[in-house]
Amino acid sequence: MLAGTVNAAEPDAARQSELVRMVRQDCGSCHGMTLQGGLGLPLTPEALRDKPADGLVATVVFGRPGTAMPPWRTILSEPEVEWIVSRLMQGFPEEMQ
Amino acid sequence: MRWLSLIAILLLSACAQAPLRGTGDLGVVIERASGRVAIVDTTAQSILARVEGLGDLSHASVVFSRDGRYAYVFGRDGGLSKVDLLLARIENRVMQAGNSIGGSISQDGKLVVAQNYQPGGIKVFDAATLELLSEVPTQSKVVGLADLPGQRFAYALFDKGEIWVSDLSNPREPKTQKFPAGTQPYDGLVTPDGRHYLAGLFGEDGIALLDTWRPELGAKKILEHYGKGQEKLPVFKMPHLRGWSVAGGKAYLPAIGRHEVLLVDTATWKEAGRIQVKGQPVFVMARPDGRQVWVNFAFPDNGWVQVIDTLKGEVVQTLQPGKAILHMEFTPRGEHVWLSARDDNLVSIYDTQSFSRLATLPVTSPSGIFFTSRAARTGF
Repeated sequence: MLAGTVNAAEPDAARQSELVRMVRQDCGSCHGMTLQGGLGLPLTPEALRDKPADGLVATVVFGRPGTAMPPWRTILSEPEVEWIVSRLMQGFPEEMQ
Repeated sequence: MRWLSLIAILLLSACAQAPLRGTGDLGVVIERASGRVAIVDTTAQSILARVEGLGDLSHASVVFSRDGRYAYVFGRDGGLSKVDLLLARIENRVMQAGNSIGGSISQDGKLVVAQNYQPGGIKVFDAATLELLSEVPTQSKVVGLADLPGQRFAYALFDKGEIWVSDLSNPREPKTQKFPAGTQPYDGLVTPDGRHYLAGLFGEDGIALLDTWRPELGAKKILEHYGKGQEKLPVFKMPHLRGWSVAGGKAYLPAIGRHEVLLVDTATWKEAGRIQVKGQPVFVMARPDGRQVWVNFAFPDNGWVQVIDTLKGEVVQTLQPGKAILHMEFTPRGEHVWLSARDDNLVSIYDTQSFSRLATLPVTSPSGIFFTSRAARTGF
């Protein structure tokens, strides 16, 4: 039942591919297109391994005051952020060319 | 004898394929997702060739040898490649850091300097051979590296809030001066005369200014009150200060976290006005004659470009050149501007007088556009 709820909230395939592009290209301007880091920290599975997912979701949604990380809540819904965080932790997909 | 004639034939056919030409109207466009650059001709408005194998080019930047033949391409992955524009091939390539953000070339063209995030610091290379000559570790991410007259380089330290100036008169023994600047400098630039170095601050309102003719006075803060009491908008992309814009005694700067371009009087370094624009500016670039300033914007307004008439002090044109406009570059004397539309996989060429689109070129995920006229400009 729970799994079903999560799946229902997941972005559809078209939105997922937009999100992949956005993470690679727009988040990539600070975190690097390969997500190895830059002005921002690396977002590879190794770098995120010890971090709780809900904390990462909060960082994306609300930003990190005092750092360059902005809040994305006007751009992304919470289920979208959860989807991005789970994919980052697994190893983020490449863009479809 | 047979070998000699074979060589002669090869030489002749090589000549037939590539007639002599200059490089003054050449440039490169970064294809950021493909590890590739397109070599372009701004007279023919065409792509001459592509050079592959340049690594991770997200946030790549380019400087040119002073003869305009070679492009030094700095990749995000720390790769530094010397690309021959005439032969369209990589002449030399070194991996010089784990994570890099750009570089610069010395006044005499003999030193190429890379600025690095990981490990933080600058590295000095022989421009001819790419041999590593020296390095200055910073224990901080380095931003805003700019060449100054006298074989000096200025740069800012994001994590330490300082401006450093390294004198590379003896390139194997850099001499470095350090100046407190402010919280989280995110980029820097030098004025066209090579005198003043400015570092934009992310962590506080204002800009740090160092008069490099009088470094003993230290860095001072300018525009420190422009945003007092107002909450900043979220910054989805850091502005760039590279496209330094000075026109009619005023500097045009992107306001961070605001939909504004800031004007500063370059005689007094006091605020001289603000111009409301469509989004948060990323590049604020003057046409070479200074009559126009072109502005592009951060996500989600990155489909727009606006043009400020510097005589009127207002926006006179709003364009939609494509999806995700990442960069702009003027032809050497400014009759045209080239714009990269990343998500349309196009570079568009506009006439800066009529604002009409003259041509588009197919380029995969284009980002930075760099023309060889930069070779002769301080700070580029």
